[in-house]
Amino acid sequence: MSKAGLIAARLLQILPTFLLIGVVVFVLARLLPGDPVSAALGDRATDEAVNRLREQMGLDRSILEQFLLFLRSAVQGDFGQSIAFRTPVTTVIAERLPVTLALTGLATLIALALAVPLAFVAAVNANRWPDFLIRGVFQVGLSSPVFYVGLILLTVFAAWFRWFPVGGYGEGFADILWHLLLPSTTLALSFSAVIMRNLRAAILEVLNAEFVDFARAKGLSRRVVMIRHVLRNALISTVTLVGLHAGSLLGGAVITESVFAVPGVGRLMVDSIFARDYPMIQALTLILAVVVSLAFLITDLIQMALDPRVAR
Amino acid sequence: MMAAPSSALLDVRDLHVRFATARGEVRAVDGVNLSVAPGETLGLVGESGSGKSVTLRAILRLLRANAAITGEVRWQGENLLALPEKRLRDIRGKDIAVIFQEPMSALNPVISIGRQIDESLVAHTALDAAGRRRRAIELLDLVGIASPEQRLAGFPHEFSGGMRQRAMIAIALAAEPKLLLADEPTTALDVTIQDQILKLLLRLNRELGMGLILVTHDLGVVAETCDRVSVMYAGRVVESGPVDRVFTAPRHAYTDALLRSMPHGGAARAPLRPIPGQPPRLDRAIAGCPFAPRCALVEDRCTVEAPPFAVVAPDQRAACWASDRLAAREGVA
Repeated sequence: MSKAGLIAARLLQILPTFLLIGVVVFVLARLLPGDPVSAALGDRATDEAVNRLREQMGLDRSILEQFLLFLRSAVQGDFGQSIAFRTPVTTVIAERLPVTLALTGLATLIALALAVPLAFVAAVNANRWPDFLIRGVFQVGLSSPVFYVGLILLTVFAAWFRWFPVGGYGEGFADILWHLLLPSTTLALSFSAVIMRNLRAAILEVLNAEFVDFARAKGLSRRVVMIRHVLRNALISTVTLVGLHAGSLLGGAVITESVFAVPGVGRLMVDSIFARDYPMIQALTLILAVVVSLAFLITDLIQMALDPRVAR
Repeated sequence: MMAAPSSALLDVRDLHVRFATARGEVRAVDGVNLSVAPGETLGLVGESGSGKSVTLRAILRLLRANAAITGEVRWQGENLLALPEKRLRDIRGKDIAVIFQEPMSALNPVISIGRQIDESLVAHTALDAAGRRRRAIELLDLVGIASPEQRLAGFPHEFSGGMRQRAMIAIALAAEPKLLLADEPTTALDVTIQDQILKLLLRLNRELGMGLILVTHDLGVVAETCDRVSVMYAGRVVESGPVDRVFTAPRHAYTDALLRSMPHGGAARAPLRPIPGQPPRLDRAIAGCPFAPRCALVEDRCTVEAPPFAVVAPDQRAACWASDRLAAREGVA
């Protein structure tokens, strides 16, 4: 199959995934304790008002009809009114999602920027002191809770040195970057530890491959051997790992956004749960699931580009 | 007296390779001497573990960090073992190229064949991109790969076993080396393909005047393809000489026993006699001749004093105390 065909097939595969996510979100919303109508109107609403809203929300129809209605409006990007914000759910999410994507995207970049060179140094010096030092430091990073690391960074770099703001989100690229640097670093630390360990192991394995000896036998420079032959092959498994962590990165964003008062969807999720904002929770769950699926798709595409054996 | 300047292309003198392992030091190569003349084909034979592959890799210092290599590898007046890494890189792939046993693992799975040829050309020639492409097509054609232009973009997993070995040879030939080190290049292939690859190597050896060291455990392959042969046992070269001399009139008891254990190429119509016992362990020093415990011709001094690697006939050397007795028997037969 051609590469374009494979990509098209992979894109088609993602549609049933979205449908399944839709079913799960729909069922979950109906399993949640409490009645969304009384949650929206409060305990003192008249029966008339309750019935009117019930009709408006389509809750008087059959389950199948409700599901089809839900799907139709979801496809149109209509998730109803937020109970807490009294505006369309989509408007709020459209404002907040880019913040979280910037936060997690920057965190991924920071994690890679830390992990890739250090994994390389650790692997090349396997079981000597640079390796022990790097692994030791990352072990600490891996085992520290995100909120704790966040609070320490906040105290030191924002409160004491006043190099960074204590929270919030900026305007314009540089300002946003400045605001997101601490929270992204917080989010990146444990992630980079995972990447570092995986990549170090992968590099060690590739270093033993015979094609590395053959590359040396060809008289290639150490740099070319290490980057083109060793690192490139080792990175293939790391790409998968990074993609698979998209979900946990978003989970980490929930905590980080709360600690640093970053107005993203993570914090919105927490607030919505406390406010029992069911339409918002439903829409967030669906959209985050779609984001994760897209992250997997991008991972697959990168992998296809890196490893010709995948495209068989 | 100074040693006479040799006419050899490559001259390996007293090569030792020791591996530091968790269970102590292993002497994988223990005083090997080899030489190859320009355009000559040298077979390096021995059982697995005899140190032939390690010897081959030690020539270009391709062993891992736990290997200590000592001795001398003379190449055009220089000792490759003493060269700085950077100078050595100019010789690797350009003057001396290597091919390995398993092309599937020796070729990078995620880089196209064309690119793998190209990087050798980048490293060793001054050709521009278009020139390198032309040369890469020429090379694939030279090693007998059909429609080379289309094959350039192919990846190793898209090639058959024999094609992969041809591709690896093409990569090795990229910079027109004067010597090719081939480490069991046909062992992983089907018998019919083996023959094709050997014929290809011989053709290249003749047409390009390229020296060849062929490491193999297959005496038949050596008999068919090589000018000279060096027989290795327990990390040492025990006998070397012209193939027709060594295979018809061996002067080392191990060579003799090896030939008798093979269905072809040995003493005519003699019954097959497997060599009893196992090769010695290499993690301790061996007093005397390493083959003595398994040798049918063993005498008292064999276990005490190592026999010198002496000239036993014109152009033939052997390290065996029974050398004269083997010669005498030859005379009788």
